[in-house]
Amino acid sequence: MSVIGELTSARRGPSRIAVWVVLAIVAIAFFLPFLWLIVASVQPGAALSADISWKFSLKNFADVLNVDTIYRPMLNSLIISGCTALITVFAAIFAAYPLSRYRSRFGRVFLYSILFSTGLPITAVMVPVYTIYSQFELTDSVPALILFMAASSLPFAIWMMKNFMDAVPVSLEEAAWTDGAGWLQSLWRIILPLMVPGLTVVFVFTFVLQWGNFFVPFILLQAPESQPASVTIYTFFSQYGQVAYGQLAAFSILYTAPVVLLYSALSRVFSGAFSLTGAVKG
Amino acid sequence: MTTTTAPPSAPVEVRPGRARRRTSTSAPKAARIGAFVPALALLGVFFAGPLLWAVYSAFTNVALTGAAQVDFVGLDNFKQMVQDGQFWNSLLLTLVFVVGSAVIGQNTLGLLIALLLRGRSKTARAVVSGLVIAAWTVPETVAAFCWYSFLHPGGTLDGILGWVGLSQNWLYTTPMLAVILANVWRGTAFSMLVYQAALNDVPPELQEAASVDGASVWQRLRYVTIPLIRRSIVSNLMLITLQTLAAFGLIYVMTKGGPGTKSQTTPIYMYQESFQFYNLGYGTAMALVLLLIGAIFSLIYVRLIKVEDL
Repeated sequence: MSVIGELTSARRGPSRIAVWVVLAIVAIAFFLPFLWLIVASVQPGAALSADISWKFSLKNFADVLNVDTIYRPMLNSLIISGCTALITVFAAIFAAYPLSRYRSRFGRVFLYSILFSTGLPITAVMVPVYTIYSQFELTDSVPALILFMAASSLPFAIWMMKNFMDAVPVSLEEAAWTDGAGWLQSLWRIILPLMVPGLTVVFVFTFVLQWGNFFVPFILLQAPESQPASVTIYTFFSQYGQVAYGQLAAFSILYTAPVVLLYSALSRVFSGAFSLTGAVKG
Repeated sequence: MTTTTAPPSAPVEVRPGRARRRTSTSAPKAARIGAFVPALALLGVFFAGPLLWAVYSAFTNVALTGAAQVDFVGLDNFKQMVQDGQFWNSLLLTLVFVVGSAVIGQNTLGLLIALLLRGRSKTARAVVSGLVIAAWTVPETVAAFCWYSFLHPGGTLDGILGWVGLSQNWLYTTPMLAVILANVWRGTAFSMLVYQAALNDVPPELQEAASVDGASVWQRLRYVTIPLIRRSIVSNLMLITLQTLAAFGLIYVMTKGGPGTKSQTTPIYMYQESFQFYNLGYGTAMALVLLLIGAIFSLIYVRLIKVEDL
C-alpha cells in the first residue's frame, strides 16, 4: 500500500507543492470579494475601497437596525420565504407519494414534465406572469406572490421529495395497510416521520432559494412596505449607495446571516452534498 | 395539514404472497390522482397558465401603458426581433456569458477544485470548500454588491492591480468579463459539490492500478477518472447552462446591462423592453425565445437522466 502511495504523484514533492499553491490561490480568490463587505461594515463612513483604517465601530449596524431598513423587510422575507417553503413542501409530499409508490402512465408523464420544467428559465416566465397579474390586479399582493413562488419551486421540490420517499421501504407501509390503515394514514404516520431529514432538506432548500430571490418580488411587488429584503437592499443601494457604503455592507451581512447559518446547520447535520446528489445522480 | 378532508380510506386488499410488490394497491385510483391536485393546481394556474399566455401575447401588441386596445399582430414581434441588431447582440452576449461563466468557468474550476481536494487533510477541505460554498450561499444581490465593490475603482482588485499599474474601472472597460468572473465565483460551488460526489464513487484501486502501469496524472484523469464520471459531467453541464441562461439579478445590479449595451444579455434586454419601455408584447416574444432555448437544453437533460422505476 505504501509503495503505491509513494507512486501517486500527488504525494511527491514538487507537484504536492503545486497543488497547495493552486488551492491557496483558489481560497484567496474566493475570499477577496468578501473583504470589502467585512471591512466596510465595521468602519464608520466607509467608501467603496477596502482601505483599512483600523477604526472599529458598530455604528453602521446601529444605523440600519430600524423598522424601515431592516426589521420590516426581513420580516417580509421571512413571511414570503417561509410560506412559500411550507406550501411547496405540503404540495410536494402529496405529489411525491403516488410517484414514489405506484407506477402509472400518468405518473411517468408527470415526472418527466416535472424534470423538464425544472429547466425552464423562471426569469422568462416573469413577463407573462406580470401581464396576467396586472390584469387581475394581483400585483402587490403578497399571497399571490407566494403562490407563484411555490409553483416555481415545486418541480424541483417534487423531484427531491420523490427521491427521499423512495428510500422509505414499502414493507413498513404494507404492515400498516394490513392493519387497516388508509394511504393517507400510512403516509402521515409512517412515511413522513421516517423522512424528516428529507422534509427538512426540501424546506430549507426552498426557503434559502426564495430568501435570495430578487427578480420575482422585484417585478411583482411595487409597494416598499411589502417588499422583502432582497429587493429593499437593492433600492437602498441605488438610492443611498454613493454615500452609505458602510451601512449597505452592514445591511448585506445582516440579510445574508440567516441563510448562511441555515445552510451550515443543514450541512453539519447531513454531510456535504446530501441535498444535491439526489437531484443530480445521472 | 390534518384539516384537509381525507378521501375515504381505501379498502385494504390483503394479497398473501405478493406483499413485496411496489404496485400493490392500497389507495384507489381516484385517491392517487387526488394526491396530485395541490401540485397540479399550483403548477397549472401559476406556471402552465403564464406559459400559454406567453405564447398568445407574443403575437399581440400588448403594452403596459394600460391601452385597452390589444391587437393581434401575428408575427410582427418576431419580424422586429430578427431585424433588431440589439436583440442579436443580447443573444450573443448571453452565449458568451453561458459559455464563459458556466461551461468553461464553473465547470472546469469546480472539477479542478474537487480533484485537488481529494485526499487532502480535513482542514484544507473545510477551508477551501467552505469559502467556495460561502460564495454560493450568499444571496444574488449581496454577491453583486461584493463584486461591484471588488471591481470598482479604488476597490480591492484595483488596489492590488494598482501596484502593477493595471488600475482601471473594470465594470466600465470589461463589463462582460466582470459579470462572468462574478458568476464563476458565485456558481462554482454547485459544480464542485456535484464532482465531489461523483469522485467519491470512483474506486481508488483503479487510480492506483493505472499509476502502477506508469500512467501520468494527466493520463489517469483523461482515461480513468473522466470516463467514469462522464454522466455527472454531462448532467452538470446541462444544469448549470439552464441556471445561467436566465441570470438577471447579478448582471442587473452590477452593470444594468451597460455601459451602453455592452453587457446587455437577453434577460436584461427583455426586462428593459418590457418594464422600462412598456413593450410587453415584444418582451414576451423575447421571453418565448429564451424559454425555447431553455426547453431544448432541458429536453436533452431529461433524455440523459435515468429515471429509475419508470
